[in-house]
Amino acid sequence: MSKKVLMKGNEAIAEAAVRAGCKLYFGYPITPQSEIPEYMSRRLPKIEGGAYIQAETEVSAINMVYGAASTGKRAMTSSSSPGVSLMMEGISYLAGAELPCLLVNIMRGGPGLGNINPEQADYFQAVKGGGHGSYHLIVLAPSSVQEMADLTVEGFNLADKYRNPVMVVAEGNLGQMMEPVEFKESYPQTVDHSAWALTGAKGRPGHVVTSIYLAAEDMEKYIQKLYRKYDLIEKTEVRYEEFMMDDAEVVLVAYGIVSRVVRNVVEALREEKIKAGMIRPITLWPYPKDIIRKRADQAKFFLTCEMSTGQMVEDVLLSVNGKKPVYFYGRFGGMVPTPAEIVAEVKKYYK
Amino acid sequence: MEKIFQKTRGLNDRIFHYCPGCGHGIAHRMVAESLEELSLLEKTVMISPVGCSVFLYWYFQTDNVQASHGRAPAVATGLKRANPGSIVVSYQGDGDLASSGTAEIIHAAARGENFTVVFINNAIYGMTGGQMAPTTLVGQKSSTSPYGRDPKFAGYPIHVCEMLATLKAPRYIERTALNNVANLNKTKKAIRKALELQEKGEGFSFVEILSPCPTNWGQSPDEAMKWLEDNMIPEYPLGVFRDAKPGEVKA
Repeated sequence: MSKKVLMKGNEAIAEAAVRAGCKLYFGYPITPQSEIPEYMSRRLPKIEGGAYIQAETEVSAINMVYGAASTGKRAMTSSSSPGVSLMMEGISYLAGAELPCLLVNIMRGGPGLGNINPEQADYFQAVKGGGHGSYHLIVLAPSSVQEMADLTVEGFNLADKYRNPVMVVAEGNLGQMMEPVEFKESYPQTVDHSAWALTGAKGRPGHVVTSIYLAAEDMEKYIQKLYRKYDLIEKTEVRYEEFMMDDAEVVLVAYGIVSRVVRNVVEALREEKIKAGMIRPITLWPYPKDIIRKRADQAKFFLTCEMSTGQMVEDVLLSVNGKKPVYFYGRFGGMVPTPAEIVAEVKKYYK
Repeated sequence: MEKIFQKTRGLNDRIFHYCPGCGHGIAHRMVAESLEELSLLEKTVMISPVGCSVFLYWYFQTDNVQASHGRAPAVATGLKRANPGSIVVSYQGDGDLASSGTAEIIHAAARGENFTVVFINNAIYGMTGGQMAPTTLVGQKSSTSPYGRDPKFAGYPIHVCEMLATLKAPRYIERTALNNVANLNKTKKAIRKALELQEKGEGFSFVEILSPCPTNWGQSPDEAMKWLEDNMIPEYPLGVFRDAKPGEVKA
């Protein structure tokens, strides 16, 4: 029997990654995620085949991940918003070369240097691109320390299954928060990468990991192939949580740390006999648009709450597709919305 | 009849896409031959950079990965740390290594990463059409230094071997050239030595090769070889810049 331990969110990610078989970590310190490289620098050198490198830049860190992932082994990096911006070139290459790996963004305020307070303003960057070209990351958004651990393991599994980079996004306060977390003893890896991984061409023709397709016809075919994969992911890997949604007329949509505030909002509204419920996307891509579309039939309106000026709200709007009104409430710069604020916002629209 | 020479198993039969008189073909063959001679082909991962040699994986009979501009030493670091038993060769041009990738090459060298870098210096950007590189000589004309590189605006050429030799970690640093038979032999020897040191786990090995680019220099292959000899070698002296265990500093 494993037992619960009290851990910071960032540490839970690092420990879960190690238990999931990640032996290769490359990163660069940045607040509020530095506990992840610190943890890895203690842990990985003690593991056989383990390597930790503090890279010279985030650009180098992501390219070290690219090299390590090319061998088929589990590799990861983590950073926070400005650092993740620097990694975007490499992320496009990882997606282009279809390399499985885990990327963690413990989000802070921006744009620019911003501050070290929590935000959710990297949603567009994570979900809509950020690097160049037509590609998708699988994006997972935990809302508790336990989920940070669980989705880290899940992230590696999804990355392996689809040969695609996976990004875990969490807000700075979730990274810093301490909560009880439980780990399994081991997390088996089942995907065999030997058909393409670079391990030396002994007894076989050389493998090539690349994303260059010079001829237009080849490039188009390759993008079509990527998009067939993305279609499959959209059909099979959507994850979300519903809270009190059975009869909900007021549908609140929130992810990550904000969903914990919104849970209280739903309970407060229910006490006032307002039929509220919450949809919490766990995969930000693929987005749970079908459940939102379905719930639009029963809803009077939607209210999306974010710690940004409104980025995910665009996906809610697309999912609702004009059937019902969609409103938005956001705080930013490190301001966390309070239940009272959101309750008041709901009442503005609830007649 | 006795067969006294045959093509290396390290390269396949595909015809190089390089321009007439380009040095890449010679350098490719030397790397491939060395890998074959040392029986390393089957555990080698080659890294093809951005630039003229981006399609290096068309030719080499090894595993291959394509890296983005300048990042090959970081990719090589990840590859080698993930799989210390492999032989990793980062093959890079001067636009790639001495411009976009200065941070990557310096830090990989400073960490003493156990891989080999083959650095082709032709004093110009080849694939993008002959623009000025960090290694372009003072006075040399290029498509972005049409009046000749003026150090007042563009600074002076970067000497990568000399710069890396200031670090304590590199195991072996040598600069060679492809201009005559003696130097070809030295180049091959340097590549072999670099690979042997990597196989023994001795650390970072770096071979800079001065190489002609007739197309972008606007010269015939013969003229380019002469230009390399008369202009590049005086600017970039040939020789060993480091041959010592990490931590020791001696030329």
